[in-house]
Amino acid sequence: MNDFLQLLAQGIALGAMYGVTALGFVIVYKATGVINFAHGELLLLGAYLVYAFHNQAGLPFFVAVPCAMAAMAFAGWAIERGILRRMVGRPTFAVVMITIGLGIVIRQAATAIWGFDDLILGDPWGTSRVALGGLQLNAVSLAALATAVLLFAGFLAFFRFSRAGVAMRATAIDPEAALAVGIPVRSVNAWSWMLAGAAATVAGVFLSAFPATLHPGLGVVAFRAFPAAILGGLDSPGGAIVGGLIVGIVELLVQGYQPELAPWLGDNFHVAAAYLLMILVLMVRPYGLFGTREVERV
Amino acid sequence: MRRRPEGLHTRYADEIALVRTRADRVWVALLVVGYVATPLVLDDFWLSVLVFTAIAAIGAIGLNLLTGFAGQVSLGHAFFLGLGAYTAGVLGGDLGLPVVVWLPAAGLFGALVGLAIGPFALRLKGLYLAIVTLGLVFVGDHLFRNLRLITGGSQGRAIPSPLIGGLNFADLGAVLGMPLSREQSFFLFVIPLLALATIAAKNVARTRPGRAFQAIRDREIAAAVIGVDVARYKVGAFVISSFYASAAGALLGSYLRHVTPDRFDLTLSIQYVAMVIVGGIGTVYGSLFGALFIVLVPRLVEQVSPLIPFVTRSAGAAGVTVFTLNQIVFGVLIVVFLVAEPLGLAGIWRRLRLYFRMWPFSY
Repeated sequence: MNDFLQLLAQGIALGAMYGVTALGFVIVYKATGVINFAHGELLLLGAYLVYAFHNQAGLPFFVAVPCAMAAMAFAGWAIERGILRRMVGRPTFAVVMITIGLGIVIRQAATAIWGFDDLILGDPWGTSRVALGGLQLNAVSLAALATAVLLFAGFLAFFRFSRAGVAMRATAIDPEAALAVGIPVRSVNAWSWMLAGAAATVAGVFLSAFPATLHPGLGVVAFRAFPAAILGGLDSPGGAIVGGLIVGIVELLVQGYQPELAPWLGDNFHVAAAYLLMILVLMVRPYGLFGTREVERV
Repeated sequence: MRRRPEGLHTRYADEIALVRTRADRVWVALLVVGYVATPLVLDDFWLSVLVFTAIAAIGAIGLNLLTGFAGQVSLGHAFFLGLGAYTAGVLGGDLGLPVVVWLPAAGLFGALVGLAIGPFALRLKGLYLAIVTLGLVFVGDHLFRNLRLITGGSQGRAIPSPLIGGLNFADLGAVLGMPLSREQSFFLFVIPLLALATIAAKNVARTRPGRAFQAIRDREIAAAVIGVDVARYKVGAFVISSFYASAAGALLGSYLRHVTPDRFDLTLSIQYVAMVIVGGIGTVYGSLFGALFIVLVPRLVEQVSPLIPFVTRSAGAAGVTVFTLNQIVFGVLIVVFLVAEPLGLAGIWRRLRLYFRMWPFSY
């Protein structure tokens, strides 16, 4: 039972970060209708920037993170302004392929600058552990969970109460109607990319903290947030968090129990498990658990 | 009048004919001459580039039928390539069957799996389909690594050379009575297969199924209204594309002799989508251009890189390695083509032809 709770707690902490990553997908998808395949690389770049500001430039960690977030917001803005704006009105698939191409370029640029070594991010939580009831938890996991809750509450408040947030929601529902009532749809798109860049940085920091390290493979780890975003439904921020938690918990429980209970499923089954779960859910609910069903009109 | 303008036909049969004019006939004859002459003229390095291109082109044509004609985006092509390679390994290697059995069988097995997955996958629209097929690549990777009896696990397995009885297509020199290298033999072996694949795809594209695919791509509901059985043709496109991918995978495995699961990862899928985009979405011959381009560019980068001062040769270090440069060029190419030339190389080719046809009155 204790093992189970331990795995569950770790799964929730991991799932929270998948949720924040998935939130990045959802923000961009809602505003622009594009799945950003470069999100994993944004996350990677964000984490490397934190490393650069903290370990290489010597800034304190809690100054380095906002600096990296600002830099990543700028990067998101630059991508939208420089490339994606030219693609307005073109098939979504073409835009998605562009994000794939961008992702490849960013990942290689990062390895050219920082190499392939495992780097230690140097976050203040380090390897310390916290005893909670009978459970041993990594301090960084608790920090991740708290950050995810804060971020999510922040996004909800932002979408609900701020002028920019309401403008983003309106644009997501109907870009033309939004334009007609005077919402600057173009800057809303840029805003969504900036937010996604900043959120990616946070997820990148926690996904590369203990017990993981910072290395170029981090971009692929973010691919596991895909099932999270899809499970929840691509246009639902709440769904992203729920999907993230489900994927995190499933991954950890499978990792913990499958080698004993079902060894015939093979090694590292937990990696494939999230995708299998996603495929199964989509068979039953083609728009995810909380996604809106698209109505087609001729 | 020397020649009818493009697109003016007096009979329907002319409109869909493969070989329309005398110039086309000359082209076909030139291609046949080129087929015989090329292996004698080019060295093994360039022949291997062409063999890889031909194999990639077969896969790319399949993906183009699905993505370019039927408008269904798939990132799962690598999974089907892997499926074909391992089928070839089992049938040709373990059971010792000849190539006339294992090559079609690999394609058919891929098609069968496509038929099983298709009806579920194609319920999903647009990007959801791309993501599910992406999931397929990861699930496939897991299977390829763990079904050790069939796939040899992460170590990979051997794939046999194309044999029929005593005839080895990887060593045709023995039959023709002159010394031929593996590259020369394989070139002579795969080019007819590519021609077959191209003509078959052209036939699909220019007849009823092709028209149905395009109607679905352009507007699904409208296609259904004019009487296209949307579900049937979508699954059909998926099955055909799976067949092409698996056959290409079997050939790829046979040429490489040995395959590991790493080869069939998401990068391979992305490369195939890139071939379709760079070559020209929705054209059969565009896939040939695209395959050549995507195979050729890394080789060229490798050749050029010693001349670029900041590129280092040591792998694994920070700094720009040849691999890094290759990947960056690949990524930039995808972006540039999509932003600047959405019709791909086929579009450039078409414009060039038009320019010279009208010359010197280019307007």
